[in-house]
Amino acid sequence: MNILETKGLTKTYGGLKANTDIDFKLTRGKVTALIGPNGAGKSTFVGMVSGRTEATRGSVLFEGEDISHLPAHRRIQLGLAYTFQITSVFRGLSVYENVELAAGRTLADRPSLLKAKVNSVLERVGISDRSNQISGDLSYGHQRILEIAMGLAQDPKLFILDEPTQGLAETEVDAFISLIRSLAGETTILLIEHNMKVVMATADFITVLDQGMVLAEGSPEEIHENAAVQSAYLGTNVDA
Amino acid sequence: MTSSAKSNLLHFGMLAGLVILFFILPIYHVGVLSRVMVMAIYAMGFNLLFGYTGLLSLGHAMFFAAGMYGFGLAIKFGGFPVPAAFVVGLMSAALLALVVGLLALRTAGVAFMIVTLMFAQTAYLVVLYFGKYTRGDEGFILQQAERSLFGLDLTSETGRYFTAFTLFAVCFIALAKLVQTPFGKRLVAIRENEERARMLGYDAGRYKLYALIVSGTVSGLAGVSYALLFGYIGATFSTVQYSIFPLLWVLLGGAGTTIGPFIGVLFMFYLIDISSGYTNAYMLIAGVVLVLLTVFAPKGIAGTLKARAFPWLP
Repeated sequence: MNILETKGLTKTYGGLKANTDIDFKLTRGKVTALIGPNGAGKSTFVGMVSGRTEATRGSVLFEGEDISHLPAHRRIQLGLAYTFQITSVFRGLSVYENVELAAGRTLADRPSLLKAKVNSVLERVGISDRSNQISGDLSYGHQRILEIAMGLAQDPKLFILDEPTQGLAETEVDAFISLIRSLAGETTILLIEHNMKVVMATADFITVLDQGMVLAEGSPEEIHENAAVQSAYLGTNVDA
Repeated sequence: MTSSAKSNLLHFGMLAGLVILFFILPIYHVGVLSRVMVMAIYAMGFNLLFGYTGLLSLGHAMFFAAGMYGFGLAIKFGGFPVPAAFVVGLMSAALLALVVGLLALRTAGVAFMIVTLMFAQTAYLVVLYFGKYTRGDEGFILQQAERSLFGLDLTSETGRYFTAFTLFAVCFIALAKLVQTPFGKRLVAIRENEERARMLGYDAGRYKLYALIVSGTVSGLAGVSYALLFGYIGATFSTVQYSIFPLLWVLLGGAGTTIGPFIGVLFMFYLIDISSGYTNAYMLIAGVVLVLLTVFAPKGIAGTLKARAFPWLP
């Protein structure tokens, strides 16, 4: 079953079409990567899915329910989690408090469960030794990991990651890949990613956006072979 | 000792200290402390919105005045007994905060400051416009008989001090607890990063409205307390000056700390009191000290202590 579906999702900024009639389906329990050149409209698309950006027209269905007109916080309450392209944590609060706020939406009235949840998530992403550190003092890579921890702490049904490995060191990228793999089957992941190594190592499906439209969809192998995709990325036709 | 044990010790120690001070201080300073405690309630109300939620209102005098006039007019013209008038005062402030919140919270940042300032100015003009009842700038007095609470004589220093102390202690402990609850932590989350809080599924708009209502009501309680204890109700308390005071107090004492508001009021009161003993240009001295503090301790007194020496400070 599809956990998420969009129908004719369109966003125009003045005369500029950022997304045009995007019909998209997301299979439950799988990792789907959304790729495309810069300016292809990937962030606009997930913005409309998560509710940060208002759609010009079209609809978003989450678990069969039309959520097109729900504000962002209501969509998150339904089981969406979102990590920002530009790292966004509570910089003045400790690592522990950051994750506590994320898990606390549903667990705040059960302190012992909340504590166990926060500790297990910190353990899982490997930053439990830094739980008392102020998050604004963390290195960039650790802030990214913290943000992923905040997503996981919500036990999301759908986890949207907007360029999570941007700016990470090579070893951190490898750790990220194994983390995403360990989540397979546990939750559904929509991954926006430029790093093709990450995409090929984690994605079950790939959707390619170009100029605000779906250019291709399929398994990593299919996309790899797809001439149109290569031309969009390389700017030339591979046969030429 | 855990930090929550330390902060409990600090809070109750401070309250115990205030009780002891009553017995050892000269009468003049007892009177000063009564006033400081009432104004500290006002500062704590402001601090919830500014220090914890990150919303800078430049119009809190309207909530102080709403409490004050709600209480005073209910007694003067409604013939209400003091406890009922007390409730009227609180309700006036809460209702005003709800209405102002619904409109002003549609804006953010500088626009929010301007909108709250304008609302407060309107409130001030309303007080003047109904001068027939409010007596405008001149104000009116509540006689001793009109404001006795449960047989307590609130014109005696003892009755006044301990009533002020009780009201202060209740607000102080309640607000210190409130900011430790999930609700309080979410306000801090909104202050730190509103977009992130929203994208964790929190309805930031609703939390801000609740914060404003609690903040406005506590500020209104300060207005009620002032009228109850000092018997004077006047339009001065709704001027822009009284909107700026809590901001100064909280900035000086330490925004987003539990003890900051009290420290700020106390510090500022004695700063003016002592400097005016030396010169007529006391506001110059006060101004210079304020500038120095803002430059060298931008987090305020409690905030600087927290950053430098006592990280557990609540």
